[in-house]
Amino acid sequence: MLTVIFVMSFVCYMLLGLMPGDPVDLLISADPKLTSEDAARLKALYGLDQPLLNRYLNWLTAAVQGDFGYSRLYAKPVLEVLWGALERTLVLMSIAFLLSVLLAIPTGMLAARRIHTPTDYSINFLCFAGISIPSFWLALMLILLFSVILGWLPANATPLGQVGFFQKAQALILPVITLSMVSIGGVTRYVRSSMYETLHQDYITTAYAKGLSESQVVWRHGLRNSMIPVVTILSLDLGAFFSGAVIVEIMFAYPGMGKMLFDAINGSDYNLALVGLLLATLVTLLANFLADVSYVGLDPRISYQEQSK
Amino acid sequence: MTRAQLFIKRMMLHRVAVVCAGILSLLFLFALSAPILEMILNTDASKVNLFTRYQPFSLEHPLGTDELGRDLLVRLAYGGRVSLLVGFTAAIIAAAIGTLIGLVAGYFGGWLDTLLMRTTDSVIALPLLPLLIVLAVIDLEKLGIPASIANHQDIGLYRIIVIVSLVGWTGVARLVRGSVLSLRERPYITAARAMGVPAKRIILTHILPALTSPITVATTLSVGNIILFESILSFLGLGINPPTPSWGNMLTNAQELIWEAPTLAFFPGMLIFVTVLAFNFIGDGLQDALSPRSKKR
Repeated sequence: MLTVIFVMSFVCYMLLGLMPGDPVDLLISADPKLTSEDAARLKALYGLDQPLLNRYLNWLTAAVQGDFGYSRLYAKPVLEVLWGALERTLVLMSIAFLLSVLLAIPTGMLAARRIHTPTDYSINFLCFAGISIPSFWLALMLILLFSVILGWLPANATPLGQVGFFQKAQALILPVITLSMVSIGGVTRYVRSSMYETLHQDYITTAYAKGLSESQVVWRHGLRNSMIPVVTILSLDLGAFFSGAVIVEIMFAYPGMGKMLFDAINGSDYNLALVGLLLATLVTLLANFLADVSYVGLDPRISYQEQSK
Repeated sequence: MTRAQLFIKRMMLHRVAVVCAGILSLLFLFALSAPILEMILNTDASKVNLFTRYQPFSLEHPLGTDELGRDLLVRLAYGGRVSLLVGFTAAIIAAAIGTLIGLVAGYFGGWLDTLLMRTTDSVIALPLLPLLIVLAVIDLEKLGIPASIANHQDIGLYRIIVIVSLVGWTGVARLVRGSVLSLRERPYITAARAMGVPAKRIILTHILPALTSPITVATTLSVGNIILFESILSFLGLGINPPTPSWGNMLTNAQELIWEAPTLAFFPGMLIFVTVLAFNFIGDGLQDALSPRSKKR
């Protein structure tokens, strides 16, 4: 995991180094009185005249010591800006994630129990629709319906000024709906296929044979056993889920990580963009790790003491 | 279950794919006929006319006009050309990259396999969109590409094809590797190896042909995703640049104009949605048709 972060930091640094302009160029365009000698002196002062690799090593040394630099747009230490954004993104993502999983499990199970019936086909169709819909367009259409035509909900997820919990929650409704709608289709399909496979195992037949009711079999014996592959795929999908959150945040002007990254990249805020990208990667990897840990809870046969993987 | 029922079920599964193929062909025709439509309607879709802004549906402009007075229908057709072109080209390039990586990893195994598959898994797990955004804004001149090429007006198109294929290969790579792993142990491959056929030849003549159907399925499924990525980037102003229309960038202005002209926001997105949906259903149908075993899904 550390290797991935390390490689990512290198790749991101190089990529951001390839972005147009550098901080001093931006200073020059902001202040016409700067002469080219000033610019050269500033570049030397910030180390910008050195090759990219040296700059990366300097950055890395500072970063390892906990100094991630300042954000240009916010004029604050990068980490200070990012913590708030990360918190808001996690709020948005976890509500949407919970919502889609809670809806996807019963729907997927229903489809698996009625496999190849009209119920199954309709659920499948809806899943495909959810997978295929462009998230930013869905957001636009929801804004059009609920904010423009009906006027029920705000189109902007950042309530102005100090507002109560209720307004904050209200502003979150549309972003959460959008994000869960684009992820729910995939989850439902995983649940469906995994459940279908589980329901054809011998122990399910045994469970029926010993006289358990269908709901007992499905919920107690089926659900838990079918969750392992689902958790695997879900954890792999978290990166995509984060990408979805980026779009949603941009669409609804929600000040989370995604919006911040987008603004940082557009506003040539290199430090913020770099650390933001790394933080996003780190969070995704941590979530993958958590998924690995949760197997132990789902399947008592898996234990991390025995295998050295 | 009787055979008749089975047959009907198969038909059901296929019918959706068939309908989707029909819809896609119509979309292709629509995109191809852009200049013809332009001629029939007697308008110029690239000409700004501020006197004909936001016109409602009419015979002259079947879907009305946009904020610069251009015919929406014709622009949708031209945008479709771009979106479909990017979707197909990038999907094919991505499939080629993925196939190569999958073949090498699966056939040679060992540390090479570990390295390649670790990379693939990491790319899958990463939040790709922020990376794509960074890739979309990098300065080509700093990469040593001459300014005349880097500032060419069509560069946006090539750039987005390259960027999207750079991240779109993972699905194919895993699939191909998986298939190669099982093929490699088949007797006819062992026989070929025993006869001293070089690895390159075994891969090209004995393994690759057997992989046609999984690669086709994975490529079809990835076209949809790639069109989505293209539209997102273009929507954010980082992909296809106006005035060249693409379904994604037609939505950029529509967001601000959603009060004045909701139809501008509706149609481009609807076309993206329908196209992606069709590709996904066809991919799914192909999967069922080509491998009867994958019924379980």
